[in-house]
Amino acid sequence: MAAMTKALPRRLVGLASLRAVSTSSMDTLPKRVKIVEVGPRDGLQNEKNIVSTPLKIKLIDMLSEAGLSVIEATSFVSPKWVPQMADHAEVLKGIQKFPGITYPVLTPNLKGFEAAVAAGAKEVAIFGAASELFTKKNINCSMEESFQRFDAILKAAQSANISVRGYVSCVLGCPYEGKISPAKVAEVTKKLYSMGCYEISLGDTIGVGTPGIMKDMLSAVMLEVPPAALAVHCHDTYGQALANTLVALQMGVSVVDSSVAGLGGCPYAQGASGNLATEDLVYMLEGLGIHTGVNLQKLLEAGNFICQALNRKTSSKVAQATCKL
Amino acid sequence: MGNVPSAVKHCLSYQQLLREHLWIGDSVAGALDPAQISVLINLHCFQPYVCGFSVSLAGSVACIHWETSQLSGLPEFVKIVEVGPRDGLQNEKVIVPTDIKIEFINRLSQTGLSVIEVTSFVSSRWVPQMADHTEVMKGIHQYPGVRYPVLTPNLQGFHRAVAAGATEISVFGAASESFSKKNINCSIEESMGKFEEVVKSARHMNIPARGYVSCALGCPYEGIITPQKVTEVSKRLYSMGCYEISLGDTIGVGTPGSMKRMLESVMKEIPLGALAVHCHDTYGQALANILTALQMGINVVDSAVSGLGGCPYAKGASGNVATEDLIYMLNGLGLNTGVNLYKVMEAGDFICKAVNKTTNSKVAQASFHA
Repeated sequence: MAAMTKALPRRLVGLASLRAVSTSSMDTLPKRVKIVEVGPRDGLQNEKNIVSTPLKIKLIDMLSEAGLSVIEATSFVSPKWVPQMADHAEVLKGIQKFPGITYPVLTPNLKGFEAAVAAGAKEVAIFGAASELFTKKNINCSMEESFQRFDAILKAAQSANISVRGYVSCVLGCPYEGKISPAKVAEVTKKLYSMGCYEISLGDTIGVGTPGIMKDMLSAVMLEVPPAALAVHCHDTYGQALANTLVALQMGVSVVDSSVAGLGGCPYAQGASGNLATEDLVYMLEGLGIHTGVNLQKLLEAGNFICQALNRKTSSKVAQATCKL
Repeated sequence: MGNVPSAVKHCLSYQQLLREHLWIGDSVAGALDPAQISVLINLHCFQPYVCGFSVSLAGSVACIHWETSQLSGLPEFVKIVEVGPRDGLQNEKVIVPTDIKIEFINRLSQTGLSVIEVTSFVSSRWVPQMADHTEVMKGIHQYPGVRYPVLTPNLQGFHRAVAAGATEISVFGAASESFSKKNINCSIEESMGKFEEVVKSARHMNIPARGYVSCALGCPYEGIITPQKVTEVSKRLYSMGCYEISLGDTIGVGTPGSMKRMLESVMKEIPLGALAVHCHDTYGQALANILTALQMGINVVDSAVSGLGGCPYAKGASGNVATEDLIYMLNGLGLNTGVNLYKVMEAGDFICKAVNKTTNSKVAQASFHA
């Protein structure tokens, strides 16, 4: 990584001291933010090039060393649908499980849940949506049927003492239905929370949201579910992710999902970008004096590693600015 | 994302979503013209929507309004100062021919943008890209209602600009002594002396002058820049007669906290209405920083179509915030800009092809391939 250590020419002041300018936090912002790293799952899932199992394991190990406390490792979904995640059991068994770090995995149904537990999963995630059409197209059933599936998983998880995180897709817009009402998002979120999910991640799946819409949606959801149980998962398809995340923080959300190097495209807009880049998120949070526990330098190394493995350029602006090309 | 079958690449309804969210027609900038409508209809997913927003069809013209509650405290109208032809192109390696520059600016003039920074009357030895400043200034079509400021670093440049037909000028100061020395080869104090000459002459001729303050949130040489220093320099420029001061995060290192603290300091000395922000997106922070400025009442924002311009201090890094992405956010916030996003994207597409680069605008990336 010689290029990394010489990333900043001597005449330029280091990132650390520049960020020190903005250490005091704005009035209503949280003091700490938990970052949920979804690169190995949400990111890789949407990358065209298949990454080998050893490389996936190395990526996750590097992310563990970067100080992230939650790293979504893989998805126990049928390889017919998501070939990238076909090696889910090997990945989960192969990664180093650092103390203090959790490695949730996606489990779309009971079968996937059981396979995940057999492979050593201690935390799982289930994926709902605030849109009927999206649910139909994405997991081939109605919203009501999806809740029944989730209920089965939650019951099994409860028996096995396994935590379950809930996701709600399309919270700020749907590729099929268009506008999604905040009330609908609140309803679905409340349902997942009352069924037993300890945290609900609200996803702007196609990145169409803007700060005002984010605020409206969160206002509605926070009437039903406490802010401490909420997370935001913003996609950067239209460049709005960080601004939307900032508004969420201003409203009391303190858990943010992101993906190293901004991995993952958007299956609904060819050529578009996908997740918010973890590096850019960390840059903002550190500039705001918010504690993340993440070592940005090590994170940049992990991003650099996976981009080389995928043979693609990073989508993180911080990485672009600090790595010599 | 959940279990997304990889077979799903497009969704026709997504085109409709694009239209709804991009708010590409509005009553101020002018509704979609018939040619645009037929393109949309050919995508055969043009369905009037009734929940949440209104669609009215009048003949072949449609206005789609997105109704959303604003974040409280935001200004009603935001003026966008388009700096692509100057700040953007200045930092592009490929030298753009004069006629392309003129065509580019003419296209921007038709988007609803009310201020377009055209060129810089600087020595071609320093900035080869701007060597054709006189030809560009004379060659563009000056649309009524649109202003075309030009940079004038000194009196000589100012006189040339006026001779070429300029009716508005800008001067470029910095909040960093080192940056001032390296960039324009003199101290801040000396630069203020030069600017005073220019601004006085401009005022004499009834030509408005805009002042820029570089390195407002950090300097590539000095690192930390205090809000007090930014305030001091801004105040100098304002009191010598600049009608507006654009505060620039030149290397894009700022974050919402540093933006807030800097603005709090400057706003004690300079009225809100005379301030603008000029954020670079080098570290991906631009829109978050701009949002913060808007939340504090700022209503003038600089941007560059397609996010033109790199960063001379970070090789490979991006530069200006993209006008398209800015408009998208402002539209979504329900803020009036008067600008037609669709037309801006077309102008962006034009210039990117001319400089042979891919756009830095995420909105453009998502829209042109969809």
